[in-house]
Amino acid sequence: MSHVLNTYRAGADERGHFGLFGGRYVAETLMPLILELEEAYEAAKADPAFHAELRGLLTNYVGRPSPLYFASRMTEACGGAKIYFKREDLNHTGAHKINNCMGQILLARRMGKTRIIAETGAGQHGVATATVCALFGMKCVIYMGETDIARQAPNVFRMKLLGAEVKPVVSGSRTLKDAMNEALRDWVTNVRDTFYIIGTVAGPHPYPSLVRDFQTVIGEEAREQIQKAEGRLPDSLVACVGGGSNAMGLFHPFLDDKEVRIIGVEAAGHGLETGQHAASLTGGRPGVLHGNRTYLLQDADGQITEAHSISAGLDYPGIGPEHSWLKDVGRVEYVSITDTEAVEAFQQTTRLEGIIPALESSHAVAQAMKMARTLPKDHVMVVCMSGRGDKDVNTIAQAMGQDMGASL
Amino acid sequence: MTAASTTATAATATGAARDRLAERFAKLKAENRGGLVIYTMAGDPDARTALEIMKGLPAAGADVIELGMPFSDPMADGPAIQAAALRALKAGMTLQGTLDTLAAFREGDDETPVVLMGYYNPIYAYGPQRFAEAARAAGCDGLIIVDLPPEEAPELNEHLDRVGIHLIFLTTPTTNEKRLPAVLKEAGGFLYYVSITGITGAASAVEDEVAQAVAGIRAHTDLPIAVGFGIRTPEQAAAFARIGDAAVVGSAVVAQITDSLSAEGAAGPDTVARPLALVRDLAAGVRTARQ
Repeated sequence: MSHVLNTYRAGADERGHFGLFGGRYVAETLMPLILELEEAYEAAKADPAFHAELRGLLTNYVGRPSPLYFASRMTEACGGAKIYFKREDLNHTGAHKINNCMGQILLARRMGKTRIIAETGAGQHGVATATVCALFGMKCVIYMGETDIARQAPNVFRMKLLGAEVKPVVSGSRTLKDAMNEALRDWVTNVRDTFYIIGTVAGPHPYPSLVRDFQTVIGEEAREQIQKAEGRLPDSLVACVGGGSNAMGLFHPFLDDKEVRIIGVEAAGHGLETGQHAASLTGGRPGVLHGNRTYLLQDADGQITEAHSISAGLDYPGIGPEHSWLKDVGRVEYVSITDTEAVEAFQQTTRLEGIIPALESSHAVAQAMKMARTLPKDHVMVVCMSGRGDKDVNTIAQAMGQDMGASL
Repeated sequence: MTAASTTATAATATGAARDRLAERFAKLKAENRGGLVIYTMAGDPDARTALEIMKGLPAAGADVIELGMPFSDPMADGPAIQAAALRALKAGMTLQGTLDTLAAFREGDDETPVVLMGYYNPIYAYGPQRFAEAARAAGCDGLIIVDLPPEEAPELNEHLDRVGIHLIFLTTPTTNEKRLPAVLKEAGGFLYYVSITGITGAASAVEDEVAQAVAGIRAHTDLPIAVGFGIRTPEQAAAFARIGDAAVVGSAVVAQITDSLSAEGAAGPDTVARPLALVRDLAAGVRTARQ
């Protein structure tokens, strides 16, 4: 890799590598499918009809563009930088996940697949997948760890209402990574009729590039909106990172704007020093899992260790390979926020702005507030409000030590 | 096969970089019979018991041993082998421990080829070059890395080539004619034909379809072909060993170990005897499969 890059947006090379990261580390049974998917995606990208249909659905069904909202009370409370929220929480189904699902279901239909599988952690991707399957009349199976099913009950019921079969995963830590293992086992068994809608910018090539492409609508809109509101590009971007799809979607259109500082926020769980966290970039090292090489939480023997975060959507021991690359080349800064800080930010956002943020997004807000306090008033910051927090109210009540029925 | 036999003779003559796999497949051909490849997980349910089982395999009739390297996230394995991997890890098995198990086995058996089978991350963490050297020193003949397709294999294979370990590849019902040359380019030792699309231990395949697929592969390579996934009974083993050059049995053997354990997952009185009894039955089946 050269020392000075002309662009950070060139994407993966033809073999799906972002520098050291990415690639196609999958069982032979899946290789022909992944190659077929890559071919189908390249064809779709070059087809104006595909883009037109996707654009129509994003506008009329998802409700795009999502607003860029100036959070004046939060800005005032922090007393520093101007904080804007990119409101992905206002999308249909309540998170950014639907942007990607809509793109992938159109691909699945083009490829003649009739059965959709997906993994989910917080349930947002599961709900988005179940939604597009209902819309297109396709059979839908969602793999979800038993631990996550317990802490995200409302989303589980929503998926069922939408006609999806939710399969509880009882192997391993019973969270997102195990759900992904099970989805891969299903795919390897049902290769001919099944399309796997991966929910984040991870997995074997071409998924990291494909999911990023479907999510860059976030950053493209934000770029236009902030220029309209402020007459210039923002000074900084902040987004939470589990697998990293909302972050990649916001960041990517700005990667070559050197004056824009870009910050990804990982989940520090109980604190990095406790070992109970989900910060793979800060606390992990490169390894191979789920089809790609990326930073992973692992022990000395290369066994994957369990991640911890109060947010089910960030509770994953890996991260998208393009983030690993952006960290190593130094274009994006990655920091982390603890469970406690995220819960605090959740409450602040609710009280100050009347917006109940997802616990995932609360990590980004916590970081934004921390930074805003120290920055000048003409600093413009865009924070990705990746999802809404209705699904998290049980967890929050527990964290606050309160019964949901009791008065606040 | 011709190529394999020639290599075997040459290697034996020089004494350097001995190729136990080529020797074994040449011997099977000379005896005009199909071979039996048996999979067992290192460290399951504990290091000592697993070594005892492994030591008993050649006498029970295993022609080639696949020694599983436990991994926390075995994406291509069914419930039986997943559980075995977790038991092994819980009992403290590591990649180094797996190599130590192999080295201990080699003290009493310098003939039976041993192929290590698992996933890439533990090897990547160990360091591909360091691993290749340590594995060869322990007596490893081949390697099957489930999540390392030919496209990603050169980064490991360059080190394996240097020490004379074969990187063995799986081909599946989805490996089409267009893709097969890419697989064969990196492949050594033998080809492992996965007779079904699915995970280990799933339902078994239809014989006619497998025979057709194996014939298709033979048109492209002289490498011996082992057929596996879903084989449970001596009859199935015989049928598939007749179609290929060997039949691979894994989950059914592991299931015998699982069934012999205490409620806490510790070795029971039959933990060594039960899998070996199954292997004896399978071997008897395979030996009826004259080609």
